[in-house]
This record gives sequence, C-alpha cells and structure tokens, in this order.
Amino acid sequence: MPAPSFPKYFGRVFGGRDGKSVPPPDKGDFKLIPGNELPSQMDAWWWLVGAVVLLIALLMIFKPDPYLKIVRFVSDGLWITILLTVISFVFILIVGIIGGLGRIAKNPVIHFLATIYVECVRGIPLLVQLIWWYFAAPVAIQSFGKWINFAPMAEYRSNAFVLAVVGLVVCYGAYMSEIFRAGIQSIHKGQIEAARSQGMTYMQAMRYVILPQAIRVVLPPVGNEFIMLIKDTSLVSAVAMADLTRRGREYMSAHMNPIETWTMVALLYLILTLFFTRVLVWLEKNRGYEK
Amino acid sequence: MTEAPIIQIQDVHKYFGRVHALRGITLNINAGEVVVILGPSGSGKSTLLRCINHLEVYNTGKIIVDNILLKSAQNINTVRREVGMVFQQFNLFPHLTVLDNVTLAQKIVRKRDPAEAKKIALDLLKKVGIEHKFDCYPGQLSGGQQQRVAIARALAMNPKIMLFDEPTSALDPEMIKEVLDVMLALAKEGMTMVVVSHEMGFARAAASRAIFMDEGQIIEQGPPEQLFSAPTQERTKLFLSKVLQI
Ligand SMILES: Nc1ncnc2c1ncn2[C@@H]1O[C@H](COP(=O)(O)OP(=O)(O)OP(=O)(O)O)[C@@H](O)[C@H]1O
Ligand SMILES: [Mg+2]
Repeated sequence: MPAPSFPKYFGRVFGGRDGKSVPPPDKGDFKLIPGNELPSQMDAWWWLVGAVVLLIALLMIFKPDPYLKIVRFVSDGLWITILLTVISFVFILIVGIIGGLGRIAKNPVIHFLATIYVECVRGIPLLVQLIWWYFAAPVAIQSFGKWINFAPMAEYRSNAFVLAVVGLVVCYGAYMSEIFRAGIQSIHKGQIEAARSQGMTYMQAMRYVILPQAIRVVLPPVGNEFIMLIKDTSLVSAVAMADLTRRGREYMSAHMNPIETWTMVALLYLILTLFFTRVLVWLEKNRGYEK
Repeated sequence: MTEAPIIQIQDVHKYFGRVHALRGITLNINAGEVVVILGPSGSGKSTLLRCINHLEVYNTGKIIVDNILLKSAQNINTVRREVGMVFQQFNLFPHLTVLDNVTLAQKIVRKRDPAEAKKIALDLLKKVGIEHKFDCYPGQLSGGQQQRVAIARALAMNPKIMLFDEPTSALDPEMIKEVLDVMLALAKEGMTMVVVSHEMGFARAAASRAIFMDEGQIIEQGPPEQLFSAPTQERTKLFLSKVLQI
C-alpha cells in the first residue's frame, strides 16, 4: 500500500506509518486525557478548514467557469468517495476487531489464519489488490461456480462498488487488525485477570473491560487509517469506479483544463481530510476517562 | 457428617516452561478458615493462589474447590464466581466509576438487575468505608481506597472464598491499616480466606493457620503464633529472621 507521508502538522495526533509495523499505541503520554492541550491551539485548526472552504467558495463564485462547472460535474464522484470511505470503514473496524482478537488468540489455528491474512495482505500493493478483486475475483467465482455446478455463482455479475469495498476492507482490515492487536496488548493483563476472576467469560471480559479501554488507546491510529482511507479510495478510479478522481479525469479530458480541474479535485480531497481530522481530534478530546 | 474441606489441593505440580514453580503441594482448607501464606519471593505463593481459581492451569495433581474439580473449561466460571480475588495492583477497571466497577460482574455474571446490583454495591462500599466516592474513577482514589474498592468488587459476587495476593504490599504504610482492618472484619464474619502476606500482625490477629512456602513446596505450617515464635525448620527460621528484622 502506498504510504504518502502526511504533512508535519498532523503529527501530534496522527503519526506517520512506515508501512511495516504499527507502533504500539502508547498509553503513557496522556494523549487521550483532555486538559493538557491549550483549547485555543486545538481550535485554531478549524480556521484552516474554514479557509479552504472559503477558497473553494470564492473560486466558484468569482470564476464559475470552469470552477462551478467542475464542482457540479465531480459532485457525484465526491459522493461516491465519501460513501465508499464510510461504508468500507465500518467493515474495516469489524474485520480489525476480529483480526486483532485472532492475532492474540491462544488457539493456534485461529492465530495462524489471522497472521497469514495480515502478513500476506500487507505485502501486496493496494492498487494490485483492487485490480485483483475487480478483474480476477469475478472470473474466479464464475469458474468455481461452474465447477461445483452452482448457478448463482457461475452467473455471477460483478458489481464495481461491492468489489471496491471488498478490496479496501480486505487490505485496510489487515492494518486495522494490527492496530487493534497492539491496542489490546497494551492493556495490562491484570485487567483481564480481574475480569475473569469474577467469573466473566473471555468474550465478556473483552467486551466490557478490555475493548472499551483499548478503543481509547487506538483512537489516534484508527483515525489516521480513516484519513488514509479517504485518500486511498482514489485508487478505485483505476477499476471503473466513478469516484472523485475518475470524475476529475473525465472532466479534464473533455475540457482540456488540467490546472483548474486537478486543483479543484485536490482542494476537495483536502477539505475532506481536514474536516475529518478535526472531527477525530474532537472525538479524541472527548474520550478520556478521568473527567 | 463432617464436611469436606472447601479447598482440597492434592499433590499439585506447576511448570512454567522449565521453571518448576509448584512441587507437589497438598493442602486442605476448611470453610471459615483464614490461612496466611508466606515465603520468599519466587517461592510460588502467587502461583498457588492463582491455581485455586484457575488463572494458572496446574499440570498434575488435583484441586477441588467447593466440591468442583477444577479441570474442565465449563466449570471454571462456576468456580470463579464463588472465589473472589484481590490483587497486589488492585486491577480496578479504570474506564468505569467505582460504582460500575462493583456492579459490572454482578450484572453480567450474576445477572442481577441494575437496581439490585447498585444497592448491593453501595452497601459493600459503605462496609469498606468508601461509599462517598461511588462516582469517582479509580484514578482519582488513593491506593488504599482503590484496594478497598477492589475488595468490595470481589465481595459483590457473594464469594464463599476470598483470595488475597499481597493486598497491602503496593501501599504506603499509612494506608496498610485501612485495608487490613477491612480484611480483619471480613475474617471475623467467618469468610474463608487465603492470604499471601507478610503482615505478621494480621496473621496473628486473624489467621487460624500460617503456611511457610519455599521453592514451590510447603515447608512448615501451624498456628501463626507457633510458626512465628517457634519454627521447627531451618529455612523458616532464616526467612523469619530476615522478615522480622525489617
Ligand atoms: N507467567 C509466568 N511465566 C514464567 N514463569 C513464571 C510465571 N509466573 C511465575 N513464574 C515463576 O514461577 C516461580 C514462582 O512465582 P510466584 O509468582 O508464584 O512467586 P511468589 O512466591 O508469588 O513471589 P513474590 O513474592 O515475588 O510475588 C518464580 O520462579 C517465577 O519466576
Ligand atoms: Mg507473588
């Protein structure tokens, strides 16, 4: 997966990813406990969001041709990008929790399967995975369907959106599994012992004691994944999805104005990532336990 | 009819890889008994305690708690809810308030309704002298207060047996007494208690039996007064002379 480096000023909340290992989330630095950050410093970044919105608005008002036209043309792509990100992310969280639990499972079969999944997926570029799901998977499903003589599979018609979601979820799920594994392991083992010594089952202890604590720990890296995902959905434009990037390309080839088109597309991505970064910072700020 | 001991430990061995942590422990504890276990660091005291509620799985031998043989996975949770445990590091749940710490397992393990669980919790918090802190988070309490909450949390499950693993050794001296007082009151009520602790005063005041362990074995046991003042084994004498010096 490409790991574009993130601008430095996001560093406080969203550390970069080296593409290999996820740094264990650190509970010790009180990142999650509100109150050690000047409120003015936190809120100042909303100005940046506002400034970009204003810039886009001014461009559209004072130069409607081409900017307003571009925005109108790509707006359905923008919607696809948001939808793809949000839907994928819900499933990514589910896969991440299951994968994370699998990675720490005592059962050797589960542990082995989870590890194979994570290691293999992380070794293949996201673009290649997306292309595989779009072009290879449907053929594989059809051949398999013919082989076992199962009509619904043999006549499988691919759905670009579903396959794009599958591709993103499989890939990001692996990274998310590692984040959850590290988060769960960062919780002191005395916690699970205390829970189990009161007769809770392993699943109850996870659900009521370990995961609520782990989620607070993993919130920053999980937020980072979300921002990365917004940007990485642009790769689905390679597999026939009419997302923001693809709509931008279509507009550009029709009107031959690359500077205006790609500047606007870039600004639209920027506004998405800036906005969600702010939302995540706000979420993080409101999740400490020592009220 | 004489009742069978509530805890029966027969020739239990426990290995951690190559470390032979328990080397043939045999021990019976009757209902209502208060047993204090002492011994040098690494002698297997914690391991023995943790085998009683199956936080550690022993390798050979037999442990029967409240007539249930600890071996198969199904009955472990049945036994665990009858056995409360208090840890050296308190292990309160930091994301829950004091009240929620004490009601959580009542609700999901004992299936009590929230109002009933809350009432039981508040009564127990009162008993350990900390009811006014019920909506604090553990991080806002002193060590002694946290340990008393941990005791209340264990008691909320109505255990028949309470295990204490060095409950006061992470505490500042001025807080030790408040925790020991709670334990003493519990002992007076007839709770079956197994306490790993080097608090001689508590052992003298509350324990019916003191057990000295070394290198995974029980070296010597007897009434606390007798064990402390007239130990028969060399190793016990050596250990006691070290502990008493401090
Ligand atoms: N989880 C574990 N993995 C490996 N070895 C362990 C583990 N737990 C305990 N041991 C080893 O088993 C032996 C007994 O340990 P145990 O914790 O029961 O001693 P203890 O008497 O409670 O000591 P202390 O007074 O320091 O708490 C020690 O040698 C210890 O190193
Ligand atoms: Mg110990």
